[in-house]
Amino acid sequence: MVTDRSKLGFYLLLSPLLLWLVTLIILPHIGLFAVSMSEKVGVREYETGFGNYAVFFNEPLYWRTFARTAFMSILTTVLTLLLGFPIAYYIAKLTRGRTKTTLFLMCLIPFWVSELVRTFGWMILLRETGVLSNFLQYTGILSEPVEFLYNDAAIMVGLVYTSILFMIVPLVTTLDSLDDSLIEAGYDLGGSGFSILREIVIPHAMPGIVSGCIVVFMLSLGNYLTPILLGGKDSLWFTGLIYTQFITRFNWELGSAFGFLLLGLSSAVVFLGLKLSRQSLSDTMGR
Amino acid sequence: MIPTVPQSSAMKWSYRAYVSLFFIYLALPLAVVCAFAFNDSVFPSLPWEGFTWAWFFGDEAPFIGVFHERSILRAIGTSAFVAFWVSSLSVTVGTCNAFLFVRHDFRGKGFLYILMLLPLIIPGVILGISILVFASSVANTLEDATGMWFDGLRPGLILVILGQFSFITTFATLVISARLQKFDLSLEEAALNLGASKWGAIRQVTLPFLLPAIVGAGVVSMLMSFENFNTTLMLVGSDAPLTIAMFDKLKLGSTPVLNAVSLLLIVGSAALGIFSLIFQRAKE
Repeated sequence: MVTDRSKLGFYLLLSPLLLWLVTLIILPHIGLFAVSMSEKVGVREYETGFGNYAVFFNEPLYWRTFARTAFMSILTTVLTLLLGFPIAYYIAKLTRGRTKTTLFLMCLIPFWVSELVRTFGWMILLRETGVLSNFLQYTGILSEPVEFLYNDAAIMVGLVYTSILFMIVPLVTTLDSLDDSLIEAGYDLGGSGFSILREIVIPHAMPGIVSGCIVVFMLSLGNYLTPILLGGKDSLWFTGLIYTQFITRFNWELGSAFGFLLLGLSSAVVFLGLKLSRQSLSDTMGR
Repeated sequence: MIPTVPQSSAMKWSYRAYVSLFFIYLALPLAVVCAFAFNDSVFPSLPWEGFTWAWFFGDEAPFIGVFHERSILRAIGTSAFVAFWVSSLSVTVGTCNAFLFVRHDFRGKGFLYILMLLPLIIPGVILGISILVFASSVANTLEDATGMWFDGLRPGLILVILGQFSFITTFATLVISARLQKFDLSLEEAALNLGASKWGAIRQVTLPFLLPAIVGAGVVSMLMSFENFNTTLMLVGSDAPLTIAMFDKLKLGSTPVLNAVSLLLIVGSAALGIFSLIFQRAKE
């Protein structure tokens, strides 16, 4: 009797999970793939084939944008790691108690705010009539207004800003668990600052580095707001192409193929990152 | 590079300078957004024309403040509506998931757990288009079969809610599972020994213990829903939530009204975030 009731309870708990995963995650992605494999040959007439993917590879604008998006996302990931690591190390190892909590909170607060607001802030700072341009004129470094917005550098600044938290939090968590005495021992044994960093700190922080890199890469790859608002007319981003195909051109077949390519790239990077660091998705993401 | 190991003071100070610069970098965009909400000019840019509250309370063109700007107010209402549904749904399903993964062992559990985590690694735009494509094809099939209209499956608020729910549930599940794992099962057994029914024990012992996590997950879900852009962009119909409405305005050219809305958003989300942290700490 008891087992029967707990069986019923089990299925009651299982059904919302299955309903959610099947109807909102699994079926839509199968559907997306199916649409990406269908070519429009006439009004309401479709054929199955790789035609949409062929369009992608034959049109330089498309695959160049894809490569550019991937490359700039990698650059963002590297930059956030280089910029974020010292900060995470400072918070985890050089501060204690209340200071630590405060600094950590100060890192978190900007990310409770909408990405749109953050990007808007950068627009006000960087535009021709913006704060930076005026400040540099005021100090005499520039003689006339300069446009800092609408170029790739502006995109990088915005992307790094948007994603750095996702690097710092896992890094602080892993660095926190590194015992100070290991670093002391390294110094006692005659290690230099650099060799200790390379042989003790970085290997210990590896899980945090990997999960931070995966998340930052993914977020940059799938970002839409930052490249569109901060980038110029030539600064295309792949998500922008997907949006155009879906909403402006109403070419859902090609848009789905683009979506699948983006999904493929991001999954491949996640998979590679996990394989290289010998970790599982549950350990990295399910913190 | 730890306090117990001596460092040259030049090294120490340059490290501190870098950390300070970093925090300035973090604060700068938000600070300017807030500052220009009070600039008495029709553009959110220098020169500084003097302090004004007009962008909040003004009701004369061109100084229409947030509280008199219909489209913004309606968008805030839409966002609140979406956030309410998304967080209720996510927390409910998240709580069920937590009980399932923490309390039950079954075949395929590991596989389902991975599936549950997948929404974290799917870019938001892709989630949006996949749900859009799927819902439209279901709607087409149903309409062809029955001859009725299924507007709920076309871009609009229902799809926005479903789209945000599809990945926010994962966060809710993780937050609530983490707390459920710390629960001491003997407490529930004690309640059963004292004559409580299974459901009564869960309701009176386990759920109160979970409450901080449930509230925390609810607040996080609301914040995520309020600020979500990518998924929403693909699924939105005629009623635009706040981020979409602001994006449309921003593309046309920015006025300090946007700064004023942003300031309200910053204050609101910081308050909610700090509230949830304090609430969780107080309960622990």
